[in-house]
Amino acid sequence: MGCEPLIDPHTIATLNSAFAGLKTSEFRGEARVIVPRELIYPVLTALRDKLAFDFLSDITCVDYLNYRGAEDRFGLVYLLASTGTNERLNLRVFLNEPDLSVRSAVPLWEGANWMEREVWDMFGIRFEGHPDLRRILLPDEFTAFPLRKDYPLQGRGERHNFPVLHRATS
Amino acid sequence: MPLHPASTLDELVHADDHEYLWTLNFGPQHPATHTTLRLVLKLEGERVVDALPDIGYLHSGFEKIGESLNYNQYVTVTDRMNYISPLANNVAWHGAVEKLLGLEITPRCKYIRTIIAELSRISDHLLCNGAAGLDVGAFTFFLYAFNQREVLYDIFETLCGARFTNSYTRVGGLMYDMTPLVIEKIRAFLKNLPATLDDMDRLLNRNRIFVDRTKGVGVLTRAQAVSSSASGPIARASGVTRDLRKDDPYLAYAELDFNVCCATAGDSYTRYLVRMAEMRESLRIVAQALDKLPDGPVNVPIRERTALPDKRSVYSTIEGTISHFELTMANRGFDVPNEEAYAAIEAPNGELGFYIVGDGSDVAYRARCRPPSFIHFALFPQLIRGHTLSDIVAVLGSLNIIAAELDR
Amino acid sequence: MAVDLPENVVVSKLDSLANWCRKNSLWPMPFATACCGIELMATGASRHDLARFGAEVFRFSPRQCDLMIVAGRVVMKMLPVLQRIWQQMPEPKWCISMGACASTGGVFDTYCVVQGIDRFLPVDMYVPGCPPRPEQLIQSIIDLQDQIQQGGTLSGREFQTRARQQPKRALIELPIVSVPHATSRPPQGTMLRS
Repeated sequence: MGCEPLIDPHTIATLNSAFAGLKTSEFRGEARVIVPRELIYPVLTALRDKLAFDFLSDITCVDYLNYRGAEDRFGLVYLLASTGTNERLNLRVFLNEPDLSVRSAVPLWEGANWMEREVWDMFGIRFEGHPDLRRILLPDEFTAFPLRKDYPLQGRGERHNFPVLHRATS
Repeated sequence: MPLHPASTLDELVHADDHEYLWTLNFGPQHPATHTTLRLVLKLEGERVVDALPDIGYLHSGFEKIGESLNYNQYVTVTDRMNYISPLANNVAWHGAVEKLLGLEITPRCKYIRTIIAELSRISDHLLCNGAAGLDVGAFTFFLYAFNQREVLYDIFETLCGARFTNSYTRVGGLMYDMTPLVIEKIRAFLKNLPATLDDMDRLLNRNRIFVDRTKGVGVLTRAQAVSSSASGPIARASGVTRDLRKDDPYLAYAELDFNVCCATAGDSYTRYLVRMAEMRESLRIVAQALDKLPDGPVNVPIRERTALPDKRSVYSTIEGTISHFELTMANRGFDVPNEEAYAAIEAPNGELGFYIVGDGSDVAYRARCRPPSFIHFALFPQLIRGHTLSDIVAVLGSLNIIAAELDR
Repeated sequence: MAVDLPENVVVSKLDSLANWCRKNSLWPMPFATACCGIELMATGASRHDLARFGAEVFRFSPRQCDLMIVAGRVVMKMLPVLQRIWQQMPEPKWCISMGACASTGGVFDTYCVVQGIDRFLPVDMYVPGCPPRPEQLIQSIIDLQDQIQQGGTLSGREFQTRARQQPKRALIELPIVSVPHATSRPPQGTMLRS
């Protein structure tokens, strides 16, 4: 958690030379790379195989609906780390409706399975090629995507839609 | 094994070309599920052919709440995530907020946060191993562990008023400073715990029943651990020598001398041993940190305008008054950049990180928790295939799945 | 043990005896979901020993228990499970709602947490706290024991009174208020209230 840079400049240089269209930046020692949607799977493959980023820390998503200065609606975030060299990298893919789908990272890392299911459950982003994309935290009958900004915190009445039990009257 | 691994519940339940297999539901209400998680098992007699986890029975919308509480209020909610080591969650949350703000906390605050993080590591491992022992049948072991946890609860209560769910950290500092009484109690605890740990070792380490039930059960290979994003004692017991306290030092860990406990076998017994060893290392860290504890203020200086100043400065200096006004009046608060940051600590369960998106106000735009329990529970099917029904309990106990962190 | 008696027979001394037996052997069914579950375990551990009060065994099978302690928040996915466990318990049975989350939803006024299990189950005793201290839980069990001693009957007729049958007055479903998320600075310390 220190603010010393956690990335080797060589990694960024290699990525930039291998793929066109990447935008890199840095904030508080963290290196961020914005990747276009079609390139995310090749970039992840290159990072895992050639640049030794073998640890997928997290896959998450942000809904920029009410965000000041945002141009796209959803930002998918991949947090990668390397167990060998202790570097960290933050990849972002921006998505807009109607095509909210991205190629799944499950063939690369097994841990991506449940992380992508959660992003589907909470935001509604499809992962093509995922072996079992269904809801993980909410009941299967739930229809909305709760972490989107247009869904209210207290829900739309789903939480109290159950029968009431009284004491037995026999 | 006759079946290929099923990935959907339908496949598991309706695989009817193998009529000798039967489906068993395990949970969500079961004494051995650590609170609410559910497994649908496909069994051939007593042998588990496949297991499909079903979670979400404690999903409470933590991440959505993070978008309506400010940074100092949300720490109360982070307590309720991994509720057996809540101080570690507090330290992780405010560490991430302070990274986003670019705030440097005082040396005394760093040392105190290190001490409480390590005490909560001891608390977590005591409960994890205790519950693992209880599930396998060792009730006395569980009571020994719980007795020591009560001493820790005493310490936390003297420190901040609450047994657990402490909410002790604040942005830029802590709620209260550590008093000499607390330090005395911690030193007494450090003196007494090794004897209990020795007792616990004597009870289970070479106990024939425990060793038979956990050795070779639930083996996780190194490649599987890295590919499944396992971290913490589970990964270290499989040979992944990654510990954020050494690899990416935060707080005061760079100045303290300790070892990282690793092993290569990767089975449930090894995970138990790694946790017992980590507790002893934590005792060493706390002892060193107490000796080196610097004096000085515990909150950041007033000019940073993030931590509430003490009353003496509020009443006697103009900066204190202005700072107090800015922080407590409605529609004010501190400035947060319009940026995103991720910071992780080595929590007792693994890598616990928070990904925070700030939007200028002191309410997070997005507060994502990277939950180690969630990621470790995904490992469960591959660990249990081929073992028997009674091994499920041993493996679950060794994975330390906390349902609140699993489901958030 | 519910005995079928005609209405004009009073069994007062036998009632007291039955109440005394039942209150001193309340076997809890720990429905521990979250943080309150840890305090429940601590209450059953050696320092605050719940076994002193007759709650000797924490049977995890609902068929063998008579006191369900709901410790922790109950979410909408878990509520049908809770109701089924309640239905599986044989009469006479009592329910303690332990902690703020089980009683009213607690800190979690969100789309998935049930705002109080008494909306869907009959609750006899509420224990406030987040989490309640073990001493508070023990006090609530003592209070429940007093309630059983004073109001219990051999045949379980106290459960059929109007007060026990109808849902509580305060449980009128409140309208869901959706607070818009402001883009500029929201007031500090906003906590959404319904």
